[in-house]
Amino acid sequence: MLDKELRSMIGDVKDGRMDRRAFIQRLAAVGLTAPLANQILALGGVAMAQSPNPYPPAKRGGGGPLKLLWWQGPTLLNPHFATGTKDQDGSRLFYEPLASWDADGNLNPILAAEIPSIANGGLAADAKSVTWKIKPGVKWHDGKPLTADDFVFTWQYASDAATAAVSISTYGEITVEKVSDLSIRILFKTPTPFWANAFVGAYGCVLPKHVFADYKGSKSREAPNNLSPVGTGPYKFVEFKPGDLIRGELNPDYHMPNRPYFDTIEMKGGGDAVSAARAVIQTGEFDFAWNMQVEDDVLLRLEKGGKGKTVYAVGGDIEFIAINFTDPNTEVDGERSSMKTKHPILSDPNVRKALALLVDRESVKKAIYGRAGRTTANYLNGPEKFVSKNTSWEFSVEKASKMLDDAGWKAGTDGIREKDGKKLKLLYQTSTNGPRQKTQAIVKQACQKAGIDVELKSVVASVFFSSDVANPDTFPKFYADIEMFQIPMTQPDPALHMRRYISANVAAKENKWQGQNFPRYVNGEYDAAIAAAETETDPVKRAALYIKCNDLLWQDTVFIPVMHRLLVDACSNTVRPALSGWANRTDNIQDWYREA
Amino acid sequence: MSQFVLRRLLIAVPSLLAISLVLFIVLALAPGDPFSELATNPNVPPEVQAALRAKFGLDDPIYLRYLHWLNAMLHGDWGFSFVSRMNVDTLILQRLPTTLYVIGSAQILALLIAIPVGVYAATKPYSLFDQVANTLAFVGFSLPTFFTGILFILIFSVTLDWLPFVYTTDIKGTGIHWLLEVIRQAIMPVAVLGLFQAASMTRFVRSAMLDVIRLDYVTTARAKGIGQRRVIIKHVMRNAMIPVVTLIALQIPAVFGGAIVTEQIFRIPGIGSLLISSILSNDTPVVMAVTFVFACLVVLFNLIADVLYGWLDPRISLR
Repeated sequence: MLDKELRSMIGDVKDGRMDRRAFIQRLAAVGLTAPLANQILALGGVAMAQSPNPYPPAKRGGGGPLKLLWWQGPTLLNPHFATGTKDQDGSRLFYEPLASWDADGNLNPILAAEIPSIANGGLAADAKSVTWKIKPGVKWHDGKPLTADDFVFTWQYASDAATAAVSISTYGEITVEKVSDLSIRILFKTPTPFWANAFVGAYGCVLPKHVFADYKGSKSREAPNNLSPVGTGPYKFVEFKPGDLIRGELNPDYHMPNRPYFDTIEMKGGGDAVSAARAVIQTGEFDFAWNMQVEDDVLLRLEKGGKGKTVYAVGGDIEFIAINFTDPNTEVDGERSSMKTKHPILSDPNVRKALALLVDRESVKKAIYGRAGRTTANYLNGPEKFVSKNTSWEFSVEKASKMLDDAGWKAGTDGIREKDGKKLKLLYQTSTNGPRQKTQAIVKQACQKAGIDVELKSVVASVFFSSDVANPDTFPKFYADIEMFQIPMTQPDPALHMRRYISANVAAKENKWQGQNFPRYVNGEYDAAIAAAETETDPVKRAALYIKCNDLLWQDTVFIPVMHRLLVDACSNTVRPALSGWANRTDNIQDWYREA
Repeated sequence: MSQFVLRRLLIAVPSLLAISLVLFIVLALAPGDPFSELATNPNVPPEVQAALRAKFGLDDPIYLRYLHWLNAMLHGDWGFSFVSRMNVDTLILQRLPTTLYVIGSAQILALLIAIPVGVYAATKPYSLFDQVANTLAFVGFSLPTFFTGILFILIFSVTLDWLPFVYTTDIKGTGIHWLLEVIRQAIMPVAVLGLFQAASMTRFVRSAMLDVIRLDYVTTARAKGIGQRRVIIKHVMRNAMIPVVTLIALQIPAVFGGAIVTEQIFRIPGIGSLLISSILSNDTPVVMAVTFVFACLVVLFNLIADVLYGWLDPRISLR
């Protein structure tokens, strides 16, 4: 039914009877996110809106310096080696992709002449290829023209395992061929509904063939230009000191009219988030500071009568408590939390549901995340079209107690519930971090009231998030009953975000705990839904499948979502950044300007 | 003399080797993974991580890695940063001038305060000046630099808005304007470090002076009718400075350590902040190189102290 309605709506948009915005809103109402809605329109033959960022300046340059403060400074400037977002942000000042995501999840063309759609012949009907047209007349910073050869080279470079590029999964499974000097075709092995991955966003930055041709594969690390980029971006490279400073100057040959606004750009690194906020909001020494992982109280205090403010961007980053389905205390074949065991307490769905009732998300939001968080029942929180409307959450110690009573967990003499001689005691681990430890305390308090004994543990982030096989405290090993951290959603499509939890991905000794399914969740229905979604070309059915996956995670209480976290930055009162929760901070840097 | 220096240098070799071995083992055994950021990124398949580990030799046994490192070091190759993918020596050289400038200025400031105040306080022990100087000195070295640093920022940057608190390495402008800016931005970090150093040094100068000022030869000098000024400067200070010089030389490595915190607070791109960011990102080759540089500094300044000692006090012969 929905399917039919959707097709008629797409028809309406095509004929101009309905505007895009209304269409997106309607889809949002049925639980589809904006980027997906736009891709639906593209598949349905409606071209995506072009460059939606408002940009009033009428001439290039004249804006003086733009001073950015990244409290972790970029350490390298090759986008295909960029391990963290800081490096991607730094590289993106100079290199550009075909398109980037804007705040609504639209594709904003950068080096592309237009966004591929069925109508313009860019998208194949079988979803097995996409053809991009490259904007004519784009020049590299050294004056050479940008051509399809550069894109083909970038694909070869990144997909070569010997290069050890971090973008290999984006490029490894595809083939890129040159159609003409200004057009490339990306071929997929299987129908790929989410085609806007290669050459889009942070890992989409194209490298100049004439500069990197000799440094492909194992020689990649010797390339002198890893530290002195030659790109097509709005700013030309001037100077780079790893971890400290990047400087760039206006590119007079930039391919977009009137852009960029600023004459020079500098990105300073180092220090900590609070003092970065201070340098932007209180003293105005800098124009923009990235990633304000600071308590909202502190930011509110700084903002009083300051020279700047905090700005927020909504993406899909989710802070959650994950439940261990295996037993962390029994060792089987030299492995704890082995798939051959079952968790003695948490395998009881009633206990998991009761735990979910004991997480007071509203208080966590009020006391800790403030404006930077939204409460949610879902693991998948964006883009809008993928967000389930079928779920709900509540906080109730009474209901949780009753649920545990009914399930046979009776309070013992010490007030802690037990059943069949098993005490309701849980080890709750997270990475050492102020907000996380405060959340732990809030949850522990509620659990105590309901007769659950919770032991708290925090592990230094550099250990918790490491892939060190020898260390027992990493999150994939999960030698605890429940654990809490955040998984960022790096693109406005749930494919990668959701496929982590299929049973083939279980983290175990045999894959050196590199499997991404750390709760060790196994559900045939979930596996089937993911498999179906990955080849489903009908965007509506596909969205419905991902919503189903989210609902399965919710029904089975695999995760207890704590907070849907927004991106928080500090920005001067006069600078107008173009930010998106679906992109890196600097992904639309060409559209930044200063209001007089 | 030259024989002594040569012998000391030769002795330094095994101790540096031992230091490097200990550092290397500790770092190799420390938890953490330079590619940890990749682990939570769903875009990066585990194979890439494994390939990177293999590429940088992280899967070899420790002794092999140490021998590789040592061999490279002997050939002047300081290693290769995992995180920046560039040579470690370039990274360190890029940052050394800033550190030397800040630490050097702080040390000079400390001497300019400590010597006059210490000497004057010692000539009038238990006077009002001495009491005040003593109290301030106690306050000075009880307050850690991370506290005074933030206090300075709050007062001079946030409230009064006089000084910038983010240090920039390349200030635009030329001539006098450039010079003024360079000085202006260094005022706070240099003051924080310098005052901390000055506090303990003042106490030391004072007690060294007091030790000497009571000796008989000083009384003799006074009895000969030499003026107070000349007695203090030519007779007392020369001798009192012997232990002070040793102390300063031996303290230099500690100053580098103290600068780590100050560099972090003021975002000074020196080797201290390089060390911190490298530790945070588990960039072992850089951590190894920076700590090794610190170790070399300790050995070097010990040697300098010994040589200076002999030069200042001819009674001590160096053989």
